[in-house]
Amino acid sequence: MQMKHAVIAGLVMLGASALAVAGPSGGTVTGKVTYEGTPAKMKPIDMSKEPSCAKMYATPQLVETVVTGAGNSLENVVVYVSAGAPDEAAPSTAATFTQKGCRYIPHLLAFQVNQELKIINDDQTSHNIHPLPKLNREWNKSQPPGTPPISEKYDKAEFIPVKCNVHPWMHGTFAVLKNSHFAVTADGGSFSLANLPPGKYTITAWHESYGDQSQDVTISGTESKTVNFVFKAKPY
Amino acid sequence: MHETSAAPAPAAQHHGPPTTFISKHVFSLDHKVIGLQYYGLALVAVFVGMVLSWLMRIHLGWTNAAIPGLQAISPNGAPGGVITPEYYLQLMTMHATLMVFFVLTTAPFAAFGNYFLPIQVGAEDMPFPHFNMMSFWTTLTAFCVLISAFFVSDGPPLSGWTAYAPLSAIGKVAGPGEGMGQVIWATAIGIFCIGQLLGALNFISTVLDMRCKGMTLSRLPITAWAWFITSCMGLTAFAVLMPACILLILDHVAGTSFFIPSGLVINDQLLPHSGGSTLLWQHLFWFFGHPEVYIAIVPGMGIVTHVLVTNMRRPMLSTKALLYSMWALAFLSYMVYGHHMFVSGMNPFSSLVFSFPTLMITIPSTIVVLLWIGSLYGSKLRINSASLFALGFVSMFVSGGVSGFFLAQPSLDIMLHATYFVVGHFHMVMGVAAMFGIFSGTYFWFPKMTGRMMNETLGKTHFWLTFVGTYCIFMPFHYLGMAGNVRRYASFTDDYLQRLIPLHQFITIAALFTGSVQLIFFYNLIYSRFRGPQASANPWEGTSLEWIMPSPPPWNNFGGKDPIVYHDADQYGVRTSTGADYIMQNSPESAVVVRDGD
Amino acid sequence: MAKLLAVTIIVIAILSAIPVVMNTWKAPADISTHGHLIDNQMSDTMVEAGVSFLAAQILLAIFIWQFSSPRTDGKVKTFPGGAKGLVIAAIVLVGVEVLALGAFGSKAWAQVYFTPPGVDAMPIQVQAGQFAFYFRYPGPDGKFGPLHPEMINEGNQNLFGLDPEHDVDSRDDIVTAEMAIPVNKEIHLLMHAKDVSHSFYVPALRIHQDFVPGLDLSLHFTATQIGKYEIVCSQLCGLGHYNMRAYLEVMSPQDFDDWQKKQAAAQ
Repeated sequence: MQMKHAVIAGLVMLGASALAVAGPSGGTVTGKVTYEGTPAKMKPIDMSKEPSCAKMYATPQLVETVVTGAGNSLENVVVYVSAGAPDEAAPSTAATFTQKGCRYIPHLLAFQVNQELKIINDDQTSHNIHPLPKLNREWNKSQPPGTPPISEKYDKAEFIPVKCNVHPWMHGTFAVLKNSHFAVTADGGSFSLANLPPGKYTITAWHESYGDQSQDVTISGTESKTVNFVFKAKPY
Repeated sequence: MHETSAAPAPAAQHHGPPTTFISKHVFSLDHKVIGLQYYGLALVAVFVGMVLSWLMRIHLGWTNAAIPGLQAISPNGAPGGVITPEYYLQLMTMHATLMVFFVLTTAPFAAFGNYFLPIQVGAEDMPFPHFNMMSFWTTLTAFCVLISAFFVSDGPPLSGWTAYAPLSAIGKVAGPGEGMGQVIWATAIGIFCIGQLLGALNFISTVLDMRCKGMTLSRLPITAWAWFITSCMGLTAFAVLMPACILLILDHVAGTSFFIPSGLVINDQLLPHSGGSTLLWQHLFWFFGHPEVYIAIVPGMGIVTHVLVTNMRRPMLSTKALLYSMWALAFLSYMVYGHHMFVSGMNPFSSLVFSFPTLMITIPSTIVVLLWIGSLYGSKLRINSASLFALGFVSMFVSGGVSGFFLAQPSLDIMLHATYFVVGHFHMVMGVAAMFGIFSGTYFWFPKMTGRMMNETLGKTHFWLTFVGTYCIFMPFHYLGMAGNVRRYASFTDDYLQRLIPLHQFITIAALFTGSVQLIFFYNLIYSRFRGPQASANPWEGTSLEWIMPSPPPWNNFGGKDPIVYHDADQYGVRTSTGADYIMQNSPESAVVVRDGD
Repeated sequence: MAKLLAVTIIVIAILSAIPVVMNTWKAPADISTHGHLIDNQMSDTMVEAGVSFLAAQILLAIFIWQFSSPRTDGKVKTFPGGAKGLVIAAIVLVGVEVLALGAFGSKAWAQVYFTPPGVDAMPIQVQAGQFAFYFRYPGPDGKFGPLHPEMINEGNQNLFGLDPEHDVDSRDDIVTAEMAIPVNKEIHLLMHAKDVSHSFYVPALRIHQDFVPGLDLSLHFTATQIGKYEIVCSQLCGLGHYNMRAYLEVMSPQDFDDWQKKQAAAQ
């Protein structure tokens, strides 16, 4: 009898520790975003009107509306849970968007509703950051060099194009999302959404030029599911 | 001319003496109080306009400097205390709008004119005192509406006081302040036009209908003529600006496209407008804008002539020639407006056509300058604060005027258009010269208006520092312009402009210094108002009717008894029974003019 | 005090004239074929204006000096010739002078605006938009493809709104951010405004023309010196007006061909 209790206790303890190691929620969705077809050639940017930026580059920077990588991978795709997960409060850390070398770094910044957005000017020239939302409040602000970071936030989920009023080639995107389950693909096009509690989810991949696609996935327990997205590239 | 004057309106037709504080000092029908109210408004406006110019100049000299305290006033406009490019342009727009409308159109014309025109024609008041009171309150309303642009979320417009379309017409997509701020601006200016039209009506009918017995048109003092000419210009010029502002407002709020053609793209969006003309705004604006600059300067010419004649103890060599020249300036001012548009895209042949009257306008301008200078010859010039500023006006008008030789020619405008050469030209010939006219008039008429003399030492100090200071500020603008320095730049990033930045810094220091000097004037005004020595009725030994009344004048000017006039205002350098060298307009004594070498 | 004022006026007048006479802050050197007409007109006007300026200020100063001491003998004197002489002097001296200036100056104006470009002039289109200039060369087919403003997409660098997918003429158009031109070759500049009013000002080339939205204007000129110059916007166009410029590179014909090939490859 004592032996049986010990085994049961041991099994319970193993089970509990297994759950503890897996964390409060369990499943993961991973995948890759690729394209098929021929993407448009990304044109080089001539920054000659702003010599303080132009001189930072030995070869001209390329437009970033379609950034591709090895294996037909597609970068700067936001992969996120668009349905099935509850809205979450914003984290206390800020999402940082930097203007450096007359480019936006990162080109696409994903962050949450009501999360602080911190915009830094790391250049010697003044920039005027102008996000162009349709749902949120529109503003634009100049940021002379050496002035403190701009702090803003958005209270509605939206994909917001961002431009610089002074430098027409500077373009980026804010992806303002409702929960913390998102990833932005980098070189290689892969993404991983972890800590998903069991349930049915709609995973959406959004690209600024190729639109968005969604797939449904069901997670139970701690499994890892794979969801891949393939976008159709356009030559023009 | 010896026309019989119209019978004076009976005194009882007008208002009785004001009894309450409100009717004496606030809603007053008395042209003198209204004149002082306008003067007070101009003082506030010039102070605000001057502070705005300091901020602009500091930013131009030291672009990335953090100005202490500015972030608290405008966190968006000056993050970290550094003025942003849009804030610079907004400051510039408000600086110019305040100065041109609420200082240069208000002080020489509405302030001094309201106070002294009825007196100088021998009337108890203007024929429409209620309209007159409304004209001030309308102007004050316009001022408050304009200032409110600072407090809307995106701030004032950034399109300059010239508000060219489509930048000023397409709304907030064009930039910060171009939404609500631009609408507020256009509304304020529209209201201002109404105030000016009401004022012009009063001035014109005062001169035509309210002259006392013996005051024929030929005996009117030159200041009265100057205000009359200015009112005629104002009536026609503001009557064009007001509908232009209405059309601009409609483009903003009613979806019209008066000034917006099709096919415009901003932020990658095609604008939903079509059918309008960009150049239409420029034609409407400058048809007003050119007479406006003469509205700003002609009263000053009148005041300076009046002050000089009194202080030279002799009349102008030919008052008639001066008067005809002022009429010629007013008339020609409507024909020249296209010189603001030489490279605007209008037909280049039109540019040559407009340049012809522009060059011609140098003739009456030269005549008036030569008359001032020539009248000094053989005079008995008295030096005091008023005459110093009057002489300074002549010098400034010459300096500012000769740059017009360049700008009148389209071929040279190719190099000088939209450069600091233009900014130097209009600041000197209009800004500084008109200010000197205002200062001269103030020192001259303060004793009459308040019953006290201003302090001469402070006045002379004010003159010297301002005279030298304004030359230090604005003469270098011409050099900047000749080097190709484009105007309305928030900072100078172009390679070819870098070597000019030290000159900009020199100008900034001169501007801050000269601006601070104006505190001497302001202090003198306040101190003398309460503590200045008593003034007699005629401290300057002048001939015109303002000097026959006590200082300050009673509410009904001539005490219920209309004066009778026997002479023009030019009876200086005459032999009289009392030994005085002048005869007042209402003195029956006949004049014996005495000239050496006659 | 009057004497001090007289001296001050003369000192200010002379000090003001010095930087002009010494050409301390001068315009960039002229690299155009027509600029000398403007520069000559500028010098002629400067002489007339300078003489008028100095004469008026000095005369003003002299009379202030002479006629301000209190004189007890008391009679006022009249300027010789009186007003009549002065009015005639104004009309004849100044009037004739400015008419002459106007007449001679119109030649420089006509050279720029009343002469059409030569048939061999190289067409280049310039588009001004908040806050940069972009240029378009027609490419080997010599034709500019049509513009589709609704297709403008700055993020993709489709700055002119071209549709090469459907418009054959657009396929070889070359869009650049710098304006390169061969030296000694007449250029026919076609000007297009994208959004608000701007202006094309190249001090070194002695040309200046506003862009008018809704009105496509053109200029023509020839550059005579190789080098790098600045094109700046001079019509207030919004917050970035101060930073709106492009470089003009005047090159040898060989260098220009190389440049154009390089740009074509990057389209």
